[in-house]
Amino acid sequence: MSTSLPVRPEAELAREGYFGRFGGQYVPEALSGALAELVDAWDEAQHDPTFALELTGLLADYGGRPTALYHAIRLSEEAGVEVWLKREDLAHTGSHKVNNVVGQALLARRMGKPRVIAETGAGQHGVATATAAALFGLECTVYMGAEDCRRQRLNVVRMQLLGAEVIPVESGTRTLKDAINEAMRDWVTNVATTHYLIGSAMGPHPFPTIVRTLQAVISRETRRQFPEQAGGQPDAVIACVGGGSNAIGSFAEWIEVDDVRLIGVEAAGEGVGTGRSAATLTEGREAVLHGSRSIVLVDDDGQVSPAHSVSAGLDYPGVGPEHAHLATSGRATYVSATDDDALHGFRRTCELEGIIPALEPAHAVGWVLRHGREALGEGARVILTMSGRGDKDVDEVVEVAGWELGVDRAFAAAPPTGRRTP
Amino acid sequence: MSAAIGAGPQPSSGSAPDRGPARIQAAFDRAAVEDRAALVVYLTAAYPDPATSRACFEAAVAAGADVLEIGLPFSDPMMDGPIIQAANQHVLEAGTTVAEQLELVAGLRHLDVPKLVMTYVTIADTRGWARFADELAEAGIDGVILPDLPVAEAGPWLEQADRCGLATVFLASSVSTDERLAAIVAASSGFVYATGLLGVTGVNAVAGDVTEALVARVGTRTDLPIAVGIGVKDRASAAEVAGYADGVIVGSSVVRAAGEGSAAGAPERVAALVTELRAGVAEG
Repeated sequence: MSTSLPVRPEAELAREGYFGRFGGQYVPEALSGALAELVDAWDEAQHDPTFALELTGLLADYGGRPTALYHAIRLSEEAGVEVWLKREDLAHTGSHKVNNVVGQALLARRMGKPRVIAETGAGQHGVATATAAALFGLECTVYMGAEDCRRQRLNVVRMQLLGAEVIPVESGTRTLKDAINEAMRDWVTNVATTHYLIGSAMGPHPFPTIVRTLQAVISRETRRQFPEQAGGQPDAVIACVGGGSNAIGSFAEWIEVDDVRLIGVEAAGEGVGTGRSAATLTEGREAVLHGSRSIVLVDDDGQVSPAHSVSAGLDYPGVGPEHAHLATSGRATYVSATDDDALHGFRRTCELEGIIPALEPAHAVGWVLRHGREALGEGARVILTMSGRGDKDVDEVVEVAGWELGVDRAFAAAPPTGRRTP
Repeated sequence: MSAAIGAGPQPSSGSAPDRGPARIQAAFDRAAVEDRAALVVYLTAAYPDPATSRACFEAAVAAGADVLEIGLPFSDPMMDGPIIQAANQHVLEAGTTVAEQLELVAGLRHLDVPKLVMTYVTIADTRGWARFADELAEAGIDGVILPDLPVAEAGPWLEQADRCGLATVFLASSVSTDERLAAIVAASSGFVYATGLLGVTGVNAVAGDVTEALVARVGTRTDLPIAVGIGVKDRASAAEVAGYADGVIVGSSVVRAAGEGSAAGAPERVAALVTELRAGVAEG
């Protein structure tokens, strides 16, 4: 076990807070102090062995790490490539988000901030933040688009049970982007007492770096697990990308390894070119959103275009700045999966592996099932990050897909006098 | 108001008199000569519709606005509270483009007050810093406020602003360190925008003591006029701020006046409020 977190090589940061030409700190002056404080706290924490020890200990005993790397044999047969699932869905709270929130909650405590706020799309980050807040005794407010509250009802109740206040955001598109705007407004107002616990590898410096470093535990584990279990190294590492936290964590330790392809799967909604997509890196252009320069879905005027995806967690018109850098430098490739691809991936993962995936990683599964063989070659070996579990999505998926499932069907199928033994 | 008086009339050396920064400072100087703070009035461009918006800007100037701050709507206005957010969304939903907003701005040339554009980095940067600066200068704009552009990221913009004779007003906050305040006043031209509270526009009232202390901290570092915005909404709060600042910026309550009733009545409602605010800045 390492005693301090790996420090990012300075050479990779062209300018403090930048990844190539992406990143930066485009924020109101009122946040300058809080960001400077966070930079300092993060810097100190990274060089403090007790921080790493406490974080690693909590992620193990409380968070359930390391998570399994699992050879999904039946899914592999169907895909024509060898799929190894990195089971972040087995982490506490049901997704990779716990890796980040425990680390940032420790930072909030170091900075003496008694309150945390968060944005959430699918609710996974909101649940994780509410969890960490309960664990550390912090006050917690979560902003969630009103549309997403409806789509992800289960997670709203989970957050409330964990003691968080959930505030539905009615402005703009009523989804993740607007929840971030509202969280930023809260932070500008309550900056003295509040840490904004950003959930993805986006936002102003130092958030993209902090989130990446905390999520890099995913690829630290796979770099150890894959050679042990499968032997050698994978041909590709695949993860879904909204803001990009599970993807950057899945990629981080493999970036320096030659011949390992890094593939991010964005949500294409109804399809690239339909105007109802969230495939930012495929369809977007360079612009500033939510505090950093990245690739964004904006129109010619600079107005942010509404994103669309069946998955609330990927329904975001921006992407973290490091992904923009990895895409433009060519180190990573970004592809997309439609709502239909994702629903297919969702259903087949249930049926073939006995795993109900979150809709977000179901995009990655759907892409592998439909394009993996052609894009990667028959028998290619891939690590696919199963970033979360899908309990939260069950109602929405059944409604959107129109599958005949549910309590009514169970009753309709039952014999009138109940089950009889022969 | 010592800063503006201390600065005196701009010498002809340095910035040319026809350039934005000088014109803006001259407006503050004129107010100072009348022993009052300057009144900066914010309205969202094309709200509630282009024709009414034009009439509202005219009404504001006729009722005593010394400087106009013209908001170009953005889909994600991070520093704005519910009133200006709703105005932005209204204009965008009506399909009014930035080009049409700039056309409206160009139609305000006959108003003999300095005019600043307030918008967010995404709008200006997507247009391209050079093109944005050119278009604003052509539309008769004197300066720009970009609340999410900190000095550290402002280099490429400042180059273009300077080329086109546009002032750039940076925001100072009570949480800004001395080092940052020094950078802010060094990069600012026209005036310095002191935020009256920690928060977004149009929600809470100015935090008096904290803001007065901020104005004093900025004032020891610059001869530029200092205007206070965010949290000023009526005659009383304008008068209070005018007691220690060179200028008073009012936005949300004016936007509300423009939008809260019939479009036909908007200019009259704006004029009534601006008249009150103008009385307020003379009482401070």
